[in-house]
Amino acid sequence: MTDKPHLDQEALTELQDVMEDEFDILINTYIKDSADRIAHLRSALAQEDADRFSRSAHSFKGSCINIGAPRLGELCSEAEQAGRSNRLGEAAAMVEAIESEFRQVEKTLRRFLE
Amino acid sequence: MDGALSDNRPLKILIADDSDSDRLILKTLLHRLGHEVEDAGNGEEAVNLFRRSGADIVLLDALMPVMDGMEAAYHIKALAGERLVPLIFMTSLSDADALARCLEAGGDDFLTKPYNRVIIEAKINAFNRMRLMHRTLSQHRDLIRDRNRQLLEEQAVAKRVFDNVAHTGCLNAPNIRYHASPLSIFNGDVLFACPRPAGGMQILVGDFTGHGLPAAIGAMPVAEIFYGMTSKGFSGSDVLRELNQKLGRILPTGMFCCAAMIQADFHLNQLQIWNGGLPDGVLVKRDGTFETIPSRHLPLGVLGSGRFEAGMEVLRTDPGDTLLMMTDGVLEAENQYGQMYGEERLKRSLAGIGTTGSAFEAVMAGIHEFTGKQPEQDDVTLLSLEMVEESALEGMSDGVAQSALEGPAEWHCVYEIKDRSLGQFSPLPLLLHICMEVPGLRRKSGEIYTLLAELYTNALEHGVLGLSSDWKATPEGFGRYYAERERRLQSVAEHFIRFSLTHTMTERGGQLTIVCEDSGSGFDYLDPSTVASDGGYSGRGLMLLRKLGHSLLFRDKGTRAEVVYDWQFSEVAAREGGTNT
Repeated sequence: MTDKPHLDQEALTELQDVMEDEFDILINTYIKDSADRIAHLRSALAQEDADRFSRSAHSFKGSCINIGAPRLGELCSEAEQAGRSNRLGEAAAMVEAIESEFRQVEKTLRRFLE
Repeated sequence: MDGALSDNRPLKILIADDSDSDRLILKTLLHRLGHEVEDAGNGEEAVNLFRRSGADIVLLDALMPVMDGMEAAYHIKALAGERLVPLIFMTSLSDADALARCLEAGGDDFLTKPYNRVIIEAKINAFNRMRLMHRTLSQHRDLIRDRNRQLLEEQAVAKRVFDNVAHTGCLNAPNIRYHASPLSIFNGDVLFACPRPAGGMQILVGDFTGHGLPAAIGAMPVAEIFYGMTSKGFSGSDVLRELNQKLGRILPTGMFCCAAMIQADFHLNQLQIWNGGLPDGVLVKRDGTFETIPSRHLPLGVLGSGRFEAGMEVLRTDPGDTLLMMTDGVLEAENQYGQMYGEERLKRSLAGIGTTGSAFEAVMAGIHEFTGKQPEQDDVTLLSLEMVEESALEGMSDGVAQSALEGPAEWHCVYEIKDRSLGQFSPLPLLLHICMEVPGLRRKSGEIYTLLAELYTNALEHGVLGLSSDWKATPEGFGRYYAERERRLQSVAEHFIRFSLTHTMTERGGQLTIVCEDSGSGFDYLDPSTVASDGGYSGRGLMLLRKLGHSLLFRDKGTRAEVVYDWQFSEVAAREGGTNT
């Protein structure tokens, strides 16, 4: 488990500043995008495609870091490593962890939208 | 266009990222910085967008589905061609190898996630400066390339024009060999040779200070004057005086022309040489010995007419002797150590030839051996003139350019030259010019000039100055003859030589009557040593007069000579027809 925070308040504040009116769109986009990526991870896992699994985890990691969700980013990074070294046995648990962390992040982010 | 480095117009930036949220963040960020943004969700879209509308700067995510950033980078760089389109990878990759691969794929830099507004702005500005600098350099390079191409084209045209004016004349004569760089004109070297109407030839070797167009421009009037005056019968000294005056007037201060004028007379087997600023000429005798002909004058275009000294050195030669003249490119030819060929090596090259070798080839081979490369690569101008029997060069002066104008047929004129002018001025070019107004006589310029010259020389040297041609039979006497001639010319007074020329048409052509009278006390034209002998120069002259003119009469104790010269239409037509085919 990682001890990184769920959300980086400072990063989010800066994003709000940059995005202004479009911050809501960004958050919605991120949430939708992330749901897609979790589906990708599951499908890659089902097909035992370690390479695709690793790539999906890598992309997901990038957007998590940018949006200011470091703990989710860290989980993605671990999944990416596992995929790259072909350790798909551990991967199912990782996807579970990612999904649960994502729900946490999503819940918190939605509060920003109100 | 030069405002480019400071222009603040918005940049057109292409971004590609498969993460919608990342793309949105970046796009918004760049918009806020005032740039135009186009975005793509994968590498292939990015390449297509770039192909369609281009971009100033491209930001690519490294890992994307369909086509990843690495491959897209390769295509975009290929499409950009010579243009510098900065390409920055955006990545959450962290290991050094992966980052290095981004740069190897054609990337110029990378940005790591999370995006930092300040860093992005700074990098975009830095790469924009590089982009504009590259564009400015490319424009300047293209400009220089265009100018250079234009310059070469202009030089080629200039060379064609120049070659028409400053043609090589009779450099193709069998007794001349020369080496000149094909573009020597732009090195400032000139080499001209022209037959004299009375036989023999005149050669000018020149080397202008400077290079390129300024040197070539100075060469144009030199060619005009040299060919124009030589073919009208002016002596080397006359041509030199005119050249010096003309160049003094047209060349800027500090620019001049080192030159040598060579007047070769194959009748008399003598050379007259004037060397102003060129390396020593070398006369290689038939027996392998040689003597040098150093520069005794300042180059052409330096001194005013009043102080210019155009007297030429007279050298007696034998058939088989060879004169070498060169520009300083010969002596300055360098080997790989930066040493110069030089005078000593030149003499060593010549010392090896003995009595059979060619001086020209010995020097060319010497330069080649010393520099280790072909002389073609340098601005080397080398001329070799072999003294030959006159008969070897027959028919050479036929090619003198013709005027297309019709001329007078019936005329008479009297021209009298007196006192001091006898020593200072040759009336021959003027008299020849008058005769050449008759179209039928133009092809006969050589014969007419010879008639006029022999009559004038007899009248001046034997009539007015009272010199005896006997002296010229020995080498010592030869020198004495010319020294005495100079001395007596200085003090000539109360004397004249009068030419009366009459031309009239006949049924089959025309008739030119030349009467030459002088104020001397006469000479014994019946004396066998003057008239019959073909060894004495004057004797040869009178023989020639007989041969060329239809009749030769001496009256009044030899102070009046009359020559009647007939020419025929058929002859002229045949010769003109002959040169046209």
